[in-house]
Amino acid sequence: MKAKRIAIAIAAALGFAAGAAQAQISDNMVKIGVLTDMSGAYSDLAGAGSVEAVKMAVEDFKAKNKPAFAIEVVAADHQNKGDIASAKAREWFDRDKVDVITDMVTTSTALAAMKVAKDKNRIAIMSGPASTLITNENCNDVAVHYTYDTYALANGTAKAVVKQGGKTWFFLTADYAFGQSLEKDASAVVVANGGKVLGSVRHPFPGTDFSSYLLKAQASGAQVIGLANAGTDTTNSIKQAAEFGITPKQSLAGLLMFITDIHSLGLKATQGMYLTEAFYWDRNDETRAWSKHFFERQKKMPTMVQAGLYSATMHYLNAVKAVNSDDTQKVMAQMKQTKINDFFAKNGYIRADGRMVHDMYLMQVKKPEESKYPWDYYWVRQTIPAEEAAQPLSMSKCPLVKK
Amino acid sequence: MTEIFGVPLPALLGQLMLGLVNGSFYAVLSLGLAVIFGMLNIINFAHGALYMAGAFFAWMGLTYWGLGYWWSLLAAPLAVGAVGVVIERLLLQWLYKLDHLYGLLLTFGLALIVEGIFRDQYGISGLPYEIPDELSGAFNLVFMFLPKYRAWVIVASLAVCFVTWFMIEKTRLGAYLRAATENPKLTQAFGINVPLMVMLTYGFGVALAGFAGMLAAPATQVNPLMGSNLIIVVFAVVVIGGMGSILGSIVTGLGLGVIEGLTKVYYPEASATVVFIIMAIVLMIRPAGLFGKEK
Repeated sequence: MKAKRIAIAIAAALGFAAGAAQAQISDNMVKIGVLTDMSGAYSDLAGAGSVEAVKMAVEDFKAKNKPAFAIEVVAADHQNKGDIASAKAREWFDRDKVDVITDMVTTSTALAAMKVAKDKNRIAIMSGPASTLITNENCNDVAVHYTYDTYALANGTAKAVVKQGGKTWFFLTADYAFGQSLEKDASAVVVANGGKVLGSVRHPFPGTDFSSYLLKAQASGAQVIGLANAGTDTTNSIKQAAEFGITPKQSLAGLLMFITDIHSLGLKATQGMYLTEAFYWDRNDETRAWSKHFFERQKKMPTMVQAGLYSATMHYLNAVKAVNSDDTQKVMAQMKQTKINDFFAKNGYIRADGRMVHDMYLMQVKKPEESKYPWDYYWVRQTIPAEEAAQPLSMSKCPLVKK
Repeated sequence: MTEIFGVPLPALLGQLMLGLVNGSFYAVLSLGLAVIFGMLNIINFAHGALYMAGAFFAWMGLTYWGLGYWWSLLAAPLAVGAVGVVIERLLLQWLYKLDHLYGLLLTFGLALIVEGIFRDQYGISGLPYEIPDELSGAFNLVFMFLPKYRAWVIVASLAVCFVTWFMIEKTRLGAYLRAATENPKLTQAFGINVPLMVMLTYGFGVALAGFAGMLAAPATQVNPLMGSNLIIVVFAVVVIGGMGSILGSIVTGLGLGVIEGLTKVYYPEASATVVFIIMAIVLMIRPAGLFGKEK
């Protein structure tokens, strides 16, 4: 009888303990929302590949850790519109109990969604967007800017091009938060390195015909035309610059280009261009191993956005496991105090302003005859050390940064 | 150097030329829409998707079957036209008696499906299509460096527009067409096969879209969304020109291309909006459009 009572007591205690452990993770479920461009201009560099990368991270995490909680991935198309992004984020947080939203591939969607995340006290990890606004004026304590930003791009590409002798610049800028931010950062780098900015023209996003703007750039006589746009806008600009005989007399600098853009344009049109990326699949054995795994599922090599998302998702899940909770503040604290060491980043860390600080790479596009196998597109010309790639905290406009 | 409102004259001329190139695309596309609306009373929202299909046909022709530019220029409109005939027979012919809205919704749905399929198959970044050797290089026009291909776009579009206008306004076939639009029952009573004419008209209208897509393929990346980026502007062109007016759509297409080009010189940020501002003004002053007839 006594034995039975002890057994019951132990069982009750165990049940209580288990219950308590479960209560740490709401509904015993971690829900990750991938809010991305599923159909528009950026759906190749993020889109379905982003969702796949998150799913891969979840599968790998489950296989390795056998967590007691369930993990679910949901995805939605923000159509590159801020209002849709914030409405979807609100719906996910309020109704679907999503714990973390990821990607947000345009700056406008990122700024809208991270504000909602702050209001609802959930986490937003951004891999897709570029603007430094995310970690400056608009920063908050639940947002992480993981993969790259316009500061890093400008410091990589613009600096390299100015050092090669491209002293005078003209910018072709996508007319929204991202383009303007990129132009501003790149101009600063050009001037700081002894170059001169002759002018700029802002085009509506998205565009198809860039010939008018290119003609203006041509008339400016600048040595370098800086393309402060992305995706199909960039590919069309490059193609049309060749058609109008602007290249190779003036050279182009793609300030934000992804491997998918190079793949789409071909090496003939892009050879010799410099660009800055956070990730290249063929950089070392570790990146190759992961990328081949990705390729098998997606039939494309990953962009830095997609690789960054895998890394970010893994970092988030590891933090949840470590604190055994999906409480926003606890997980954020854990994510900020743990270094990131994987195929994507070495000794990466998240600063107070939300920026994930890690090395970036200056690439040069290979000539067609130098490319030996599919997706063999880049020479890695330089590793940009993490501290140079990220805007110094002394320049930060983020109120969370204590100076 | 002579300047007009602070822009050097040569630069302005160059931009006008480019406006004319874009206007050529608008003209061919809006012409197709006008022909279809005039004959079938269908607001063909699938036009952009079929324009894209024309460009993809060119790319596929070259990639899979080794079909060169000039053959594609002939084959792409025919293929797209054939698709149009199938669409008309299977779907559109049931809608003529209904409100405009049904045709609009059906073709809009079709456009989304077609774009979705291409997007799924080929992704969004686009595929390269090289300019044919005969047309690569450029003319030096003193005031600008005009790529031969762009010049060809203007010539080819104007020729196609002229032929279409001539056929509809000046030939017997065109007279039948116009009669069938005006009074289908009476025309049928005279022994003219109206359903056949309607079918061929739709096929021809969308073939124009395929032709424009084919023309655009070497100038821009071949991209599943190339049509939807353009179609809204083209609809504005049709509304400004007057729904269903052949000459109206040609003239307005070219004119708006030029106005848009000028906007790109003076205030590029507004270049995506200027067409709609003009549309709003025109609708306030002449609700039937510049060349349209009030009914």
